[in-house]
Amino acid sequence: MQPSVGVSVPRVDGAAKVAGTALYVDDLPPLPGELHGVTVRSRVARGRLRGVTFDPAIDWSDVTIVRAEDVTPNVVALIVDDQPVLAADVIRHAYEPVVLLACADRAKLARAAAAVTLEVDPLPPILDPEAALSADAVVEGRSNLQKRYLITKGAADVGDEASLAAIEAALAGCEVVVRGRYTTTHQEQLYLEPQGLIARWDDHGVHVVGSIQCPYYVHKALTKGFDLPADRVHVTQAVTGGGFGGKEEYPSVLALHAALLARKSGRPVRMIYDRKEDLEATTKRHPAICDVATGCDRDGTLRVLAMRVVMDGGAYVTLTPVVLSRGALHAAGAYRWRDARIEALAAATNTPPNGAFRGFGAPQTIWAIERHLDAVARELGRDPLDLRRQNLLTIGDTTATGQKLAFSVAGLECLDKARADSGYDEKRRRGPVATGRVARGIGAATFLHGAGFTGSGERNLKGKAAVDLVAGGRLLIRTGSTDIGQGTETVFRQIVADAAGLPIGAVDYAPVCTTHVPDSGPTVASRTIMIVGSIVESAARKVAARVAAERDRAGGTFAEAGDRLIAAGEVTELVQYVSPDYVKWDDATYKGDAYPVFAWSCFIAEVDVDLDTFETTVVGFWSATDVGRAVNPVLCVGQIEGGALQALGWALTEEIVWKDGLIQNPRLTNYIIPTALDAPHMTTALIEEPFPFGPGGGAKGIGELPMDGGAPAVAAAIEHATGLSLGALPLSPERLLAASRRNAL
Amino acid sequence: MKVTLTVNGSHRELDVPPLMRLIDALRGPLGLTGTKEGCAEGECGACTVLLDGDPVCSCLVPVGQCAGRSVTTVEGLGSIDHLAPLQRMFVDHGGAQCGICTPGMLVAAEALLRRTPKPTEAEIREGLAGNLCRCTGYQRIVESVKAAAELRGDRGEGAA
Ligand code: FES
Ligand code: FES
Repeated sequence: MQPSVGVSVPRVDGAAKVAGTALYVDDLPPLPGELHGVTVRSRVARGRLRGVTFDPAIDWSDVTIVRAEDVTPNVVALIVDDQPVLAADVIRHAYEPVVLLACADRAKLARAAAAVTLEVDPLPPILDPEAALSADAVVEGRSNLQKRYLITKGAADVGDEASLAAIEAALAGCEVVVRGRYTTTHQEQLYLEPQGLIARWDDHGVHVVGSIQCPYYVHKALTKGFDLPADRVHVTQAVTGGGFGGKEEYPSVLALHAALLARKSGRPVRMIYDRKEDLEATTKRHPAICDVATGCDRDGTLRVLAMRVVMDGGAYVTLTPVVLSRGALHAAGAYRWRDARIEALAAATNTPPNGAFRGFGAPQTIWAIERHLDAVARELGRDPLDLRRQNLLTIGDTTATGQKLAFSVAGLECLDKARADSGYDEKRRRGPVATGRVARGIGAATFLHGAGFTGSGERNLKGKAAVDLVAGGRLLIRTGSTDIGQGTETVFRQIVADAAGLPIGAVDYAPVCTTHVPDSGPTVASRTIMIVGSIVESAARKVAARVAAERDRAGGTFAEAGDRLIAAGEVTELVQYVSPDYVKWDDATYKGDAYPVFAWSCFIAEVDVDLDTFETTVVGFWSATDVGRAVNPVLCVGQIEGGALQALGWALTEEIVWKDGLIQNPRLTNYIIPTALDAPHMTTALIEEPFPFGPGGGAKGIGELPMDGGAPAVAAAIEHATGLSLGALPLSPERLLAASRRNAL
Repeated sequence: MKVTLTVNGSHRELDVPPLMRLIDALRGPLGLTGTKEGCAEGECGACTVLLDGDPVCSCLVPVGQCAGRSVTTVEGLGSIDHLAPLQRMFVDHGGAQCGICTPGMLVAAEALLRRTPKPTEAEIREGLAGNLCRCTGYQRIVESVKAAAELRGDRGEGAA
């Protein structure tokens, strides 16, 4: 039998996607009696809602109206229950949903939505996260400090109160101290399929089908929102046109809205956002302000790190504590520090809640530490990549949380590979090349990304998945893990096929519906292949062992023995994830094994900067990434390249422009993501340093990692080309021009 | 208003308002949901179809303007059982991830390859610059189109 793992088998959902027959939510045929739903939003960042008026010129008789008083409990269930399903009397951000409408006639629905007037007494909005920490409450009765973490190591490990003075003392003892501030802005996931779903009620309860990353999150929100037993909520994922985190928590809100309209109207309700509403109302990447101070020896040995991170959580907590945690845990980068103090805070502001987006807090802090290392290199007169190489974590080192790295650490190999592939040394030695008014430069970032849930997360989550034996010697994978484009359905089949010794064609993937698949935990945190993949692998092994025992007993082929077993009763193996024993984590002190393992990478970008217009073009891009084991190399490379380009977009053009808490550019004409012409040719190398507990012979999670290194590599390349060092994203012509003016002073 | 047009080689007659967007006619009365909507304003290219052989954004074209003309959608390139080489190469080389940009991307690539049977990487990027993809970083799409160009030889036309 040819193994499937390690082979780029064509993605199993590929044919339907290229033929145009794959059914995304809005491709599903209308249900009988179906209505369309829309949301009326506040349009004021902060205020008191005095009342709502419905223009009597409209005949409202065939329009279903849902308001806050129709909703009990009026809360979106997540980490903290602070977000109402519909605003009742207080407006806390400009896109707060206030009224829901449904109507069969879409044109009339649009007129009806325009005929709803919200009477709001505006209040001055709180928009600056640092100022918010000492401002009056965004959500009455709650602190604007949504969460705080402190990580300490070495000299700083003297308790919360004393740690600040201790780290400053450690810095004071260093030969070279460098300080800097690095900031990042909102970023929109911009999956090309806007959010949408269809809800209906029947004798079995509520049914929701839609563009969903985490069906069990939606299940939980509906169970709590309508006070239903779990078996009366049925959530099905339609083919999903990208998510990148954006369809992690937000679909819960949309599902509640559609289900409310469906319940009140007694009809199925379809709610599909248009691009503008999606860009305005759904979650975005948290902006962050990172203040960094480091101390090192004159020879470049890094010693001391102090970082303070402030993230803007937006009006409600949603997933901010988890995002902030991942940001804090990646703040030390891929480097050895003797002493470290990392303080991370999230503040509430009157802006739409920020949420999950590929990288989940890490790109912000890695931006800071990577930019900072370039500043240290400048201070020391060292090559930035040499300085990184000298300080990269290797086996036996401990991270800022005291995690001892024991295996699958290939940061150095990645650095060396990308360095060689890109011709970095020669290009650096040559210095920036100016051709006419264009300057060319090259720069790098090295980084790591933790795979799986943080700390004890996987242990608490207890993700489950099942493999069933079905007639004819076939296997059926049942999991709540979704394929949102990454290739989960294909890769899981490969893992299961090899575990059972079957061809990949003998393995099926059950449609993801919460009624029929177990909760494998959310499709997030670079955990799908590494964690859930290892569960389906072990379930497949168990099923295969039962078939093998039957063959030993009474002979026959896999299919014959399997069919005999099925005739005697259902054959299925439901497996729950077991964290490897070595993973030890203390939530109280934030110490221990933050992640079961890290993936490692080096990104190198080459840019042309037009010295008249300050426009930057990325002209070359090389990466080397330690993925543990590439189950499907083409899909794996696709993840890295796709994530890398999102990072390049964040670096150069993607910026949400705000005015008084309102978004000024909620369209694809003015929120600019890269085209094929903007994107560089990418050379992508995979390094395989297997993770002993990973499926398929050692796969690690890499879904988020490529978002981390793109922006700092581009900034470093711009610095090499122009001498302009920027600490704030995006690296726009306006910022470069301002920096050049400062330099000229 | 009655509109007659040719869709994927078949003669079709519609009774729709002439200002209905072509994408709505395709996805609604014509039952062709392969064509996707990503922005509704001509920016993303997910809705790309060929109108008399030229790529257009079907979200910007009123169906009335298509009377007597020929429209090709992704469904017209090849069926799931008979994928065209271009479609097959997108599957084999990682040109499709979430797949929502794919129908428009394929139609734009088809137009490119008819014009330029052996495009360079730069020509491919230029030819697909009106089609956004958020998943792939475009490199696998470029490889898919290159591979399709190889397979199609110098004929240009995309027959299987
Ligand atoms: S939907 Fe037509 S270009 Fe985006
Ligand atoms: S494959 Fe998802 S947008 Fe292109």
